[in-house]
Amino acid sequence: MSRIELRVNGRDVEVEADGRTLLTHALRDHLRLTGTHIGCDTSQCGSCTVHVDGKAVKSCTMLAVQAAGCDILTIEGLANGRELHPMQAAFNDFHGLQCGFCTPGMIMMAVDIVNRHGRPDEATVRAELEGNLCRCTGYHNIIKAVCAGAERMGEVA
Amino acid sequence: MYDLGYSRPATLAEALELLQQDDMAQPLSGGQTLMPVLRARLAAPSQLVDIARLDELRQIRPIDGGIEIGAGMTHAEVAAHPVVRAALTALAALAGGIGDAQIRHRGTIGGSIANNDPAACYPSAVLALGARVQTNLRILDAEAFFAGMFATALEPGEIVTAVRFPACAEACYLKFRNPASRFALVGVFAARLGSEHRIAITGGGNGVFRWHAAEQHLDRGADIDSLDAVPLDLANFTGDIHGSAEYRLHIAKVITRRALMQMAGQLT
Ligand SMILES: Cc1cc2nc3c(=O)[nH]c(=O)nc-3n(C[C@H](O)[C@H](O)[C@H](O)COP(=O)(O)OP(=O)(O)OC[C@H]3O[C@@H](n4cnc5c(N)ncnc54)[C@H](O)[C@@H]3O)c2cc1C
Ligand code: FES
Ligand code: FES
Repeated sequence: MSRIELRVNGRDVEVEADGRTLLTHALRDHLRLTGTHIGCDTSQCGSCTVHVDGKAVKSCTMLAVQAAGCDILTIEGLANGRELHPMQAAFNDFHGLQCGFCTPGMIMMAVDIVNRHGRPDEATVRAELEGNLCRCTGYHNIIKAVCAGAERMGEVA
Repeated sequence: MYDLGYSRPATLAEALELLQQDDMAQPLSGGQTLMPVLRARLAAPSQLVDIARLDELRQIRPIDGGIEIGAGMTHAEVAAHPVVRAALTALAALAGGIGDAQIRHRGTIGGSIANNDPAACYPSAVLALGARVQTNLRILDAEAFFAGMFATALEPGEIVTAVRFPACAEACYLKFRNPASRFALVGVFAARLGSEHRIAITGGGNGVFRWHAAEQHLDRGADIDSLDAVPLDLANFTGDIHGSAEYRLHIAKVITRRALMQMAGQLT
């Protein structure tokens, strides 16, 4: 067991965990931030996507100790109190989800896409979402939501 | 996943010492291959030595006639780097097409070539361009570095520190993606270095290799359309649930032709 110091959603936290503990498990089981989902065992589905030092990564493919000292942002850290983040609001307005399982990962990825591309076109969004799988929506409304969310994030900034 | 130790040394010298003291220790770079392997209990290292943030492995710089890319540079960094984009556009494009955005944020060139997955993208560029692999001990030619699937010339405790590529304006990497994993079902890196054509094929199943007969055919001035008749040994290919050996061989020929046409500006 070791003590791992993390900074999650702007808060300094400590986790007592084995060296093998994945970042996803530290977030979900130790910090009870269960918005970050686990959808596969092959690093392919992207439902575990969080930001580490400002970049979207798959938290199932990283050890918690690797993230020690890094700034981590999860889906729980996006909203401003009860006010949804513009990307969350866009997913709501454009029906970008059905069962919602993939949604936290989709939204974290979407915010990363906007951070890097500003207002991406549809083709860019489709290419950039390659690492996020959805079994329900057929992606169409997700793409619309990401484009609309990008517009709104631009207006806020 | 079995339990293991973890350390994040501050210098390359410290990292090498840790690896040399413990022959069950393993370097950890981006973890985008190693982590899935560990989760599946396919490896059981005693400890991981995190080399991803070592300054010594994290630069890209122009060198005489080319560029040197540090082993710890991520796929996203290579894809976006102005020096790579200018000197080796095809390599930047290759890096930008690996896996997906999240994988590219963490996976590194050093990890990719050290792993030498028979379907990985980078090894084809290293082999086709005749790049040289720098380790903490020596410099190896691409031909000497890769040693069949998942095998390289690296000794225990030896790590890749950088890869040196020659600049090359005429090059193109094309991959025929496995639609599920997005790895290459077959990928071809075609290049022209001076008057010499170079074609390296990945995804065949037995590890990256050069299609020498096609290279010689093109060096003699033959046109791209006549490549279909050039022999390509079926022994370079294996079959699996994604496609038979014959299918992979066929795709390799088609992709080679397309890559060459794109290189010649005949196809966009
Ligand atoms: C969903 C998914 C899709 C992918 N798609 C592609 C794809 O399309 N094309 C492709 O090429 N790859 C693909 N990959 C693999 C990805 O590119 C990996 O990043 C890469 O193969 C390994 O790099 P890494 O830095 O993550 O290495 P790690 O996982 O950290 O290490 C891999 C191996 O190399 C060793 N190692 C690491 N660095 C060094 C070094 N400097 N010297 C010596 N040994 C070292 C490690 O001990 C380990 O054995 C994919 C991976 C995933 C999960
Ligand atoms: S849980 Fe599927 S990619 Fe992380
Ligand atoms: S909404 Fe159900 S998996 Fe995407």
